[in-house]
Amino acid sequence: MSADYEAVIGLEAHVELATVTKLFCGCLNEFGAEPNTNVCPVCLGLPGSLPVLNRTVVEYALRFAAALDFHVPEESIFARKNYFYPDMPKDYQISQYEEPILVDGQIEIDGVRIGIERAHLEEDTGKTTHMGGGGRIHEADYSLVDYNRAGVPLMEIVSRPDIRTAEQARAYVSELRGVLKTIGVSDVKMEEGSMRVDANVSVRKVGATEFGTKVEVKNMNSLRSLGRAIDFEIERQVEAIEAGERIVQETRHWDEADGRTHGMRTKEGSSDYRYFPEPDLVPLAPSAEMRTAAAGQVPELPQARRARLIAEWGIAETDARVLVDVEGLADFAEAAVAALTDGAARDVANWCTGDVLGYLNETGLSIEVLPLAPDGLAELVGLVAAGTLSRNQAKDVLAECLREPKRPKQVVEERGLEQVSDTGALAAVVDEVLAANADAVDEYRAGDDKVKKKKRGFLMGECMKALKGQGNPQMLNQLLDERLG
Amino acid sequence: MSAALEIAADVRAGRRRARDVLEEHLARIDASEPEIHAFNLVLADEARAAADAVDAAVAAGDDPGPLAGVPIALKDNLCTRGIPTTCSSRILEGWRPPYDATVVARVAAAGAVAVGKTNLDEFAMGSSTENSAYGATRNPRDTSRVPGGSSGGSAAAVAAGFAPLSLGSDTGGSIRQPAALCGTVGVKPTYGAVSRYGLVAFASSLDQIGPFAGSVADAALLLDVIAGPDPLDSTSSPVAPAAVSPVLRDGVAGLRIGLIDELVDADGVAPEVREAVDRAAAALEAAGATVERVSVPSVVYGLSAYYLIAPAEASSNLARYDGVRYGLRVDGGDVATMNARTRDAGFGPEVKRRIMLGTYALSAGYYDAYYGKAQKVRTLIMRDFAGAYERFDALLSPTSPTVAFELGAKADDPLAMYLSDICTIPTNLAGHAAASVPFGTDRDGLPVGVQVLVDAVQEPTMFRVMQALEEAGS
Ligand SMILES: [Zn+2]
Repeated sequence: MSADYEAVIGLEAHVELATVTKLFCGCLNEFGAEPNTNVCPVCLGLPGSLPVLNRTVVEYALRFAAALDFHVPEESIFARKNYFYPDMPKDYQISQYEEPILVDGQIEIDGVRIGIERAHLEEDTGKTTHMGGGGRIHEADYSLVDYNRAGVPLMEIVSRPDIRTAEQARAYVSELRGVLKTIGVSDVKMEEGSMRVDANVSVRKVGATEFGTKVEVKNMNSLRSLGRAIDFEIERQVEAIEAGERIVQETRHWDEADGRTHGMRTKEGSSDYRYFPEPDLVPLAPSAEMRTAAAGQVPELPQARRARLIAEWGIAETDARVLVDVEGLADFAEAAVAALTDGAARDVANWCTGDVLGYLNETGLSIEVLPLAPDGLAELVGLVAAGTLSRNQAKDVLAECLREPKRPKQVVEERGLEQVSDTGALAAVVDEVLAANADAVDEYRAGDDKVKKKKRGFLMGECMKALKGQGNPQMLNQLLDERLG
Repeated sequence: MSAALEIAADVRAGRRRARDVLEEHLARIDASEPEIHAFNLVLADEARAAADAVDAAVAAGDDPGPLAGVPIALKDNLCTRGIPTTCSSRILEGWRPPYDATVVARVAAAGAVAVGKTNLDEFAMGSSTENSAYGATRNPRDTSRVPGGSSGGSAAAVAAGFAPLSLGSDTGGSIRQPAALCGTVGVKPTYGAVSRYGLVAFASSLDQIGPFAGSVADAALLLDVIAGPDPLDSTSSPVAPAAVSPVLRDGVAGLRIGLIDELVDADGVAPEVREAVDRAAAALEAAGATVERVSVPSVVYGLSAYYLIAPAEASSNLARYDGVRYGLRVDGGDVATMNARTRDAGFGPEVKRRIMLGTYALSAGYYDAYYGKAQKVRTLIMRDFAGAYERFDALLSPTSPTVAFELGAKADDPLAMYLSDICTIPTNLAGHAAASVPFGTDRDGLPVGVQVLVDAVQEPTMFRVMQALEEAGS
């Protein structure tokens, strides 16, 4: 981007809430069931049916409010958003409009406060599959609708236009995901569609106070594509302005394949949604008890946890981020640290972000299915700290413990890996080697630095050979120093 | 003369068989239904099975319930499991609900025997039961005249003796006005007193299900069965309402009754209707109540507010009839064309008119001027009623400005038709209860109805006044 411009970005995240049942009926909220099996008169919008609000959804929203410092108004109102679409059973969506359940939250990204204007509850639609014609509605022979998803609870989280870069946008979404996952209200999987993020992007000259014309960008299905789409859109708008063109307020689709955003040729239906208060539901007024209970259900949030681990374990910010971001990794590390008898928490963290995470990434396994228990890792760290294993030996032992249900000590015994750290035994070996290689000792004593270094390495190698590689290298070095003078 | 109470008592005591009661009513239906056309569907086989089940229960020593063996007619906008529910619209052709409305389940559980689904103005939009895809219903008191509407079939079924009880729905007067025109009792309960679950919605914030009966006591019997909290309807009151049957004989001595100036003196109120209201007031005074005039100024804006709010909600409620999932479908080249053709073929002119009105009233740029303003009027009406109810226990007015009119008389003049509900609409906007009680006839022998209005949840008081009027009028 030209240095003369800055971007103004606001994000709208739609998050599927992980309740057992749907927003307004008792049907299961379940991914991947046979089409049209989790349906009833209410979520099919049959004539005469009426919605009844799922209390758990309100509890989840209140918990989210407590986590991100939202204001929860006394009352919020459900409203109907009217538009025709075959996958919407009532041809209106029950949502919240002028009076959402949560307002004025915030999230901090690297010391920058990003405001969250509102979060509101709404129902999801069904899912349409167009048959024939390459899966597009206009060329399809016919379409099939699965209403299992209809009525699944969604929370739409709308940030203020406080974001300035694609990087910041990614960090915001990543933090939001961490919070939602930590408080247990959503799976937040962008790839599976349980979290969808749209971006409102505009650009303006640095120093300008007015906003530019904003463009809504949709269809990003990963953090990576969110970042790419925003970067592309910023470039596109700056180039257009520089070329003297006007930015058109529109919705553009991100195309992952060609790496560009594309304007939609025609808008589906009218944009006048004729919102009005949903007469089938009473105003939503969470009780004082519900509010208090929600506040008590917020566990330590990612940001606070990172700060604590950095302070307590003396680890780097990047390592803390990895520990907290990877599902279950920080829990594993904390359990290992708790079981530690010898060694540092920092070492536990290093093994976790290094070899353990590497193995998880390589195999695609999740941490809870590993045969290695947290106290097994604690044992390994203890063996290194006690000098029983060198770091390289520990790496091999850990590799085996990640694959098979064995304790580190068991592997050490089976392989006869115990490091020789007994001074007497080591001294005997050193003396034997020096006696057998008197020439080399003489050359060492007479030689210049270069020769000294070479001969010293040779003698060390002979010692290790005699010890089958299991001698404690620090102690061997010390003994050699003493004898060679 | 309380047919339902007598039938239930006799059946429960084993003095009469429910099946015999039913056959008497089916015989009357056979004889007169071709002329009246109260029903979209007569459920003779299902009713026989239900009556036999009631008799079997009695024979086994079980109590089938307070409506044991009482034939009941159901307005055809109440969902009945496995039985067509049409709302008198072509658009619901062939649709069979997979579930029963709460009220349908409650009357069945109380031992009532459903004899049929009654005709209505399409989607309950109308005041004459002429706007039906299945033809008009005629008034049993004079078959050249309309029965009123939209619950005209339910009113006619009771008036013709097809069933001693029926259920209707009242959005702006759709129970009370046909009750008045057919000479039956009709009750619009407090909003939230009776579950709306399974009532096909017209205007959700105004719709309420209520009873028709030949007597006040029978209406009380039915209301006590259907009222009460329902977890399936978020707008139903969580508090169980007080029963009305036990207070019927409490009399009206000491009750303060207000005669609503704006409705009694309204343009278009026929002199004989006005006289009936005056006689009703005098009768109540004679029974020990005090009667005074009262002004409820904002009720004159009720009709205008109603014709914004009700169509607005209807435009949204009726969006789901799009040909995708059930009912009529007229194919088109693409989804939008299919939607449009289906709705064009499936809805009648009055329904289309109201969908257009409502869509307009909710449109961006017009919302505040129309829907928003109408809601303000609604608040104003509630405030004015609240003022009146500080001084009065119940209010009195005509139910309908006129007696039953000739078929076709207002069919081409929607505004004239809308004026039929000028006295009943304010109660729906306020969410209060009101009822129509027959009180004499005009010189042609056509029944006149008097409306009793009360504050929310004051049905017991309303029924005391209704009972007093019934006793004075007979
Ligand atoms: Zn459902």
